[in-house]
Amino acid sequence: MARTLTAVNAGTESWWHKNQQKLAPWLFLAPGVLFFLFYVIFPIFQSFNLSLYEWDGLGEARYVGLYNYEELYWDEAFYTSLKNNLIWLVLYLGAIPAGLFIALFLNQTVTGIRLYKSLFFFPFVISQVVVGLVFTWFYDPTFGLLNVVLGTFGLPPINVLGDENYVTVGIIIAGLWPQTAYCMILYLTGLNAVDPEQIEAGRLDGAKGWRMLWHIILPQLRPATFIAFVVTIIGALRSFDLISIMTNGGPFGASRVLSFYMFEVALSEYGFRMGYGAAIAVVLFLIMLVIIAYFLWSMFQEERAR
Amino acid sequence: MFPTPIERTPRSWQITYQSLLPVVLILWLLPLIGVAIFSIKPAADFTTANYWGWPSSFEGFANYALVFTGSDMPRYLLNSVLITVPTVIGAVALSCMTGFALGIYKFRSNIWIFFMFVAGNFVPFQILMVPVRELTLNLGLYNTIPGLVLFHIAFQTGFCTLFMRNFIRALPFELIEAARVEGVAEWRIFWFIVLPLMKPAIAALSVLIFTFIWNDYFWAVVLTQGVESQPVTAGITSFNAQYRAAYHLMSAGSIVAALPPVLMFFLMQRHFIAGLTLGAVK
Repeated sequence: MARTLTAVNAGTESWWHKNQQKLAPWLFLAPGVLFFLFYVIFPIFQSFNLSLYEWDGLGEARYVGLYNYEELYWDEAFYTSLKNNLIWLVLYLGAIPAGLFIALFLNQTVTGIRLYKSLFFFPFVISQVVVGLVFTWFYDPTFGLLNVVLGTFGLPPINVLGDENYVTVGIIIAGLWPQTAYCMILYLTGLNAVDPEQIEAGRLDGAKGWRMLWHIILPQLRPATFIAFVVTIIGALRSFDLISIMTNGGPFGASRVLSFYMFEVALSEYGFRMGYGAAIAVVLFLIMLVIIAYFLWSMFQEERAR
Repeated sequence: MFPTPIERTPRSWQITYQSLLPVVLILWLLPLIGVAIFSIKPAADFTTANYWGWPSSFEGFANYALVFTGSDMPRYLLNSVLITVPTVIGAVALSCMTGFALGIYKFRSNIWIFFMFVAGNFVPFQILMVPVRELTLNLGLYNTIPGLVLFHIAFQTGFCTLFMRNFIRALPFELIEAARVEGVAEWRIFWFIVLPLMKPAIAALSVLIFTFIWNDYFWAVVLTQGVESQPVTAGITSFNAQYRAAYHLMSAGSIVAALPPVLMFFLMQRHFIAGLTLGAVK
């Protein structure tokens, strides 16, 4: 059946037949690329453009040049957010050694270990909204488990989320919970692939414990470490859900980060300043661009090595 | 294996390790265990400040039943399903094609298109927020499920393409060359040769995207407003407003909202982990 059809269409099909290897990739790419351009790539440029305007989202947009950025320069809340972003970035990286540590702890073959691994990974699968709620209650000054524990040691209760000094760290700890689980699973998979012969050779040479970990295991875990770094840094800069759920930026804006502040400025009840929000987003984007560029660069090196 | 396998260690450490495991696990999951306990307590326990004591009565069934009958929770759950499932299908379908194109064909702009997908995937959401919201408004899709689905498909295509392309690169290329020598049409190569080999990748991505989208909160807040279109992550906040200070119900609601991806994970664990490691860690 198919053969007779091709025979009939031979005349019209020959051009297609000759060029199909050149055309096929574009036809396969078209739907995905178009979707991506319209929803992801163009909006980036639109945001850059929008950051030069003053716009409430409804009326006429007014061109103001770099005024939004100038205002940003004098904005106290912007610096608070930037500082918190930095704290997030630094503390969030703690998920990597913590994940490695748990992975080493669980990398055994005892009965039921598979279930243990899954249960340790559990926090990552839960939505950040629920993680946020869970930790809000955990920190609650009247009944939270944290203060119950502190109480048994005779320590006074702490209102973690109500205190400007503790609030960001409190939220980050909530974020570290799922992120550590993620890093743990990366390292568990990585440990599976570690070359047993090298370990044995190391043992014969008398390498043990930390020295073994540092000189023989960690170099082999490099791919896992690389991914752990990328996802943790991106995760730290993307933090929004937890802040929105746990404190809504408070108290007195002390727990804002750029991503949250941008949302607050552009879409919350406090205002519809789309242009100013876009300017904040541009700053965040430029910070992220450094990491994206690094990731692409190392990918490019890998591609060339093939 | 590192660290030293437990069978080769002294008996005393073996016993310590075995007993340490459950203790560490309980500590690790403590915040969650707290919520689970809350969710089976009666309301009276909270008024009498019996927060962490033994529940005065088991009200698990009543609490969970009330979540489903006394609120919009079923609707939010349905919305989440209606958002998540089409997104998974759409993003996986699109990325099978883009991954095939970028993984199999050699043309000059190949790497740049690939990098566009990868870079776009890491962009902060906030830089897309205002334009995407405008686009959705202009399409008349603001506060609708399709509006949210279209964006999710587009954005997830970035990550999925990264994954699919790397997966296809690892397939034996001779297979495709042999088919070309036989004169098999390109789309037939895609459909009959490559696609069947991509099943593990499709499974891994589906589970992963399901979890990502189910747990999305930011875009749900930006692109939807009401009970008719909001997914459960956004709905839980209205639920909590409705049952303010009724901790037993809020806990039960949270557990219900968190459960579907958890089930997905336990059912498809192997695929899930393959997806998470981006295929880079074997």
